[in-house]
Parts: sequence; C-alpha cells; structure tokens
Amino acid sequence: MSTDTSTELAPIAKSEKILGIYYLTFYRILSILAVFALWEVGGRVPISPAFPTFSATMSALFEMIFDGRMFLAFFETLKPLALGVTISAVVGVFLGVSMGLNRLFQWFWEPIWVVLQASPVAALIPLITYAYGIGLTAKTVAVIMLAAPIIVLNSYKAVRHASPSLIQMCRSFQGSRLQEIRLVIVPNAAPVIFAGLRLGVAAGFIGVILAELLITPTGIGDLITYHRSVAEYNYMYAAVFTVILFSAVMVGMLETAEIKYFRPEKKKSK
Amino acid sequence: MSNATATSTLQDAASGDPDNVAEVRDLTKFYDSDIHALSSINLGFPRGQMTTLLGPSGCGKTTMLKIIAGLLEPTSGQVLINGKEVVGPGSERAFVFQDFALLPWATALRNVAFGLELNGTSKAEREEKARHYIDEVGLTGFEDKYPHELSGGMRQRVGLARALVVNADVLLMDEPFSAVDEQNRRKFQEDLLRLLAGENKSVIFVTHSIEEAVYVSDQIVLLSPRPGRVHSIIRPEISRDAEPDAIRRDKNYLDTIEEIWSELRKYLD
Repeated sequence: MSTDTSTELAPIAKSEKILGIYYLTFYRILSILAVFALWEVGGRVPISPAFPTFSATMSALFEMIFDGRMFLAFFETLKPLALGVTISAVVGVFLGVSMGLNRLFQWFWEPIWVVLQASPVAALIPLITYAYGIGLTAKTVAVIMLAAPIIVLNSYKAVRHASPSLIQMCRSFQGSRLQEIRLVIVPNAAPVIFAGLRLGVAAGFIGVILAELLITPTGIGDLITYHRSVAEYNYMYAAVFTVILFSAVMVGMLETAEIKYFRPEKKKSK
Repeated sequence: MSNATATSTLQDAASGDPDNVAEVRDLTKFYDSDIHALSSINLGFPRGQMTTLLGPSGCGKTTMLKIIAGLLEPTSGQVLINGKEVVGPGSERAFVFQDFALLPWATALRNVAFGLELNGTSKAEREEKARHYIDEVGLTGFEDKYPHELSGGMRQRVGLARALVVNADVLLMDEPFSAVDEQNRRKFQEDLLRLLAGENKSVIFVTHSIEEAVYVSDQIVLLSPRPGRVHSIIRPEISRDAEPDAIRRDKNYLDTIEEIWSELRKYLD
C-alpha cells in the first residue's frame, strides 16, 4: 500500500525543474520579470509624463535607500502601522474567537464590525482628525479601522465553522470546554484566522498610507506627497513600490509563521 | 443496583442485569419536537460481547449510539453504564467515529494519545501507551505521519487505537468501516475481532451492512425505522475460533444473513 495518499491536488510535480530552478519558483520569477518589463516599456512609450520607467524608479529607490531618507520615512510609517496592526491582531483575534464561541458576544459585536467593514473608511478618516487630532493616535486609529474588521470577522467565521465532528470527538474523550477551545477549535480555525490576519495586515498598510496622505504627510506618505508635488514621479513611485514590497514580505512572513506553529502537516508536505 | 424497577414493556426483563455493561431504559428521542427518532427503547448490552445495532437508514441507530456516548441528550429515558445512570460522556466509554475525527495537524502518535492528553497523562507515559496500541492495530512505522498521509483504512486504525488507549470498558463504534474500501474493510473486521479477543472489551457497533453485523457480532439488535424501535434481537451462533474464510462460508453465517435480510427488506420502499 502506498503511504502517500494525500488528497491534495498537485497539478505540477514538485520536483520538476527548469534551468535548475523549481517549476513554481521559475514561473513566479518569470511573472515578476514580465511585470517589470511591461513597466519599463510603459514608461518609455510613455503612457503619461507622470509615469516613470522601471529603471528610473529603481535608481530613485537606491538613491533614497543610500542617503537614508527611505529608512527615516519607514521608521515614521512603521510606528502607527506596527501599533495598529498589533492591536488589531491581538484584540481582533480575541474578539473574533469570543464571538464564534459565545452568542451574546456575537449579538453585541457583529453589527459593529460588519458596518465598519462595509463602510468607506477613507471617507471617515477626516472624522478621526476631529476626535484624535493629527498625531500618532489618529494614524493608529486609521490603521485599526481598516485592519480590525477583517481580522475580527474572519476569526469569528473560522471558529463558527470549526469541525463539529472534532468537537464531538474532544467531548467524547471528556475534554473540558477550555481544552476543546485550545486544542481543537482554535487550531482547526487557524488557517482562516491567519488568512484574515494576512488580509488585515495588507489593509493596515492601506490604512497607514491613507492616514499619511489625508491627515498629515509623514513617512512614506510624505515621500509620495512631496515628490508628486514637485513632479519627481520616479521618487514617488519608488516610495509606492517599497510599500508594496514591504507589505508582501510581511504577508509572506505571516504565512511562514502560520505553517511553522499551526500547520506542521503542511510544512512536511512542502 | 436499582434494578427491578417495574416497567411495562417486554424487553425490560433484560434490564438491571449485572451481566450487562450498558443498558438503555425507555429511551425516546425527538428532534425538533416533530421528528421521532427513537421510541421507548429498552436494551441490555452484555458485558464482554459485541452488540450490533442494525437497521435501515432512519432507524435511529447512530442517534442511539450517540445518546449512549453522552454526545446527545435523550428526550426521555435513561442510560446505565455498569448499573449507574450516566449523563454526558465518561471514561468508561470510548467512541470510534464514522469520519475518523482525527486532528489533521497532529501526527498519528499524538492523535492516538489525544484522549490521554486531555486527561493530563504525562507526555512520556501517554506516548508509550499510544505506541503500544499503534503496534496493536498494525501501524508501526507510521507514528509520525499526519492523517492526510494515511489511507482511509489506516486513519480508522488510528481512530480505533485512540479509543483503545484510554482503556474504557465499552467501545462505541459508529459505522467505523463505512468510509473504508471493501477489501480493507474485510481485513479490518478480521483484525478487529482478533484485537478485541485479547482486550476483554464490550462493544456497541452501528452498521448498515448485514454481512458485517453477522460477521462481528455476538448479538444483533434489529431496529425498525420511523420511529426507531427494537424489531428483534438475533444471536448468530457462529464459532469465532474458525478461520475468517471458513466463517464467511459457514452455513449458520449465511442463513443468519438471509434471515435478517428477509426481515429488513420489508422496510425498503
């Protein structure tokens, strides 16, 4: 009997290689290169005088990295971002899980988060200024308003859809409610909770940039605003580019952490 | 023991018997107040024997098993284990699930030891016991595999080992082989009988397969559907000492299957 009766679909054999690189990695690189090439062509045509080429953007990027401007900007941007995302993640997962476990919690909190998720938060950001001024607090609140609803609602739905059969199994072996939550429900919900965290982190980036553009220009938002106003578009795009890159790296790190600590069976099958 | 509480039905004669590891008295179950799943069931489950609940779909056999397990609450009636009324799950009973109910993020070893993990047994002790039963069910070498790396039959062996590790008196098996392919099912039935012969367990087994019921059981309870009632109790007198192939050709075995089939076909449309 074969031991590998894994039910996962694997359309491409994992070991196949092109030019010494794994199939999947090869196509990922190819896709990224294609985007950069199109960008370069688009910039040279040019689509618009405000659209710089890829090479000009990269040289602006390296210039800003070497003269330290980029690091200072990131340091400024990261403060409300890290604070907001951390609060959203901790409070959001806790609230979401509680809502999934307890009808009273669900009844109380669900409408608030659904409304927040559905509302155009960008339009509400000026309101934050009235309440919290223009400092770190206001920007952190903006990050939370974008990140938290996704994290809360995903955690809540993940817990609500935890496998009834696994819960029955835990009860049949006299697991306490606490054990049931800790050893069965939360690990069972982890993939969806983490999907929510990844989306939440990405939304947090949108929140912090929005706040820096709409409240007061600081950090990356300042780089974008300033270079746009003096028509140095390659610098502006370099700033946007780093945000995307940083966001993608953060999301990737979350995925790695999830597999390492919550889904050991996936690590092995990779 | 509080036996001899006089009630009206016939099967009650069997109740309150110290030879019974489990008993149900006047068990009735309604779902949503209009679906009548079980109607005043009285049954005794002899100690050290395998009792099968057999019947067409809708006869409430899984419902009854889950009530005995304490996973469902009866609308009325009692469940007695070792003569004492029980409410909710308990350490005298261990459940084997139809869909295996294995933790996908845990290795076979941790899954088998899960019942002991829940009751606070130390890691070293529970893993030692788990290894013993992994060996008993024939999965040595697969301790560190995750469920998705195992075949259906192997997953249910993990489920069986998990139920055996906690050393319960009664094993409750809910159609344990229905998600296992035919050839593996036969092998599994043979292995199950061999395993249980050395364990001195009482088993309550739910199945919809007549052959399976006759092959593994000491006592077969035929249930009739909508609402579930005890239709009759059959004790196939088949020697368990014979080779599996001989049993499957045994005249008694084949006659019992025929007899049950002629009873059950009445309930099919």
